[in-house]
Amino acid sequence: MRVSLNLSALRKTKWYEYVVRFIFGGTITVLAGVIAKQYGPTLGGLFLAFPAIFPAGATLVEKHERERKRKAGIRQTKRGRQAAALDAYGAALGAAGLLCFGLVVWQLMPAHNLVLVLATGTTAWTIVSILLWRVRKSPWWF
Amino acid sequence: MTELLFRFLIGGMAVSFFSALGDVLKPKSFAGLFGAAPSVGLATLALTASSDGRTYASMEARSMVAGAGAFLLYACLSSRLMMQFEWSAAKAGITALIVWFAISLSLWLALLR
Repeated sequence: MRVSLNLSALRKTKWYEYVVRFIFGGTITVLAGVIAKQYGPTLGGLFLAFPAIFPAGATLVEKHERERKRKAGIRQTKRGRQAAALDAYGAALGAAGLLCFGLVVWQLMPAHNLVLVLATGTTAWTIVSILLWRVRKSPWWF
Repeated sequence: MTELLFRFLIGGMAVSFFSALGDVLKPKSFAGLFGAAPSVGLATLALTASSDGRTYASMEARSMVAGAGAFLLYACLSSRLMMQFEWSAAKAGITALIVWFAISLSLWLALLR
């Protein structure tokens, strides 16, 4: 299956949906910082992988897919929920990449340049996530 | 207060950026990868390393590994609840958060505390 880019999809997202994502993202970043300050970095660090934006994102995917089908004249459809489930499946693979991001940053952070460490961690996330996605999509996967 | 506001802005921008990437990419399973992008991690670790030092940020990253493991199981469960039990995305995504809290806090108590 080919990966493609559809920039017009940005127009389907309403302004308040962007605002909700921004607020969720900002709030969890503040919360992670406050928890780390109050209870220490080992507890605060857990929240760097908190799925804060996921429920809102999956709900949007479901809603957009249902609207698309309704415009095509199909009222009763499971397609919205299936699209959200596929989104969740992708997020699981992304979470495996996130685990590698954490490992790389944990190991490299104390002794290396900050920008380099974060760039290496992000590269690890990208490679692992895409690789897992490709392996799962390959015809050799059982 | 200024630091919190700064964190809020940086975190909001990072999450919005990765979410927008997920919006424009197809197929859905590939776009879903960006639902678990290291957006909050990047924003927080950059700010923390600058303000509290790299050793402190490294400890946060170690705990992030446990949180990410919990996220993996959380996302698998959410997907299953939607496909097999026909739950809506909101119901599955919010209910499964209990699993994320249970797993990540158990790992913290057992290994990280």
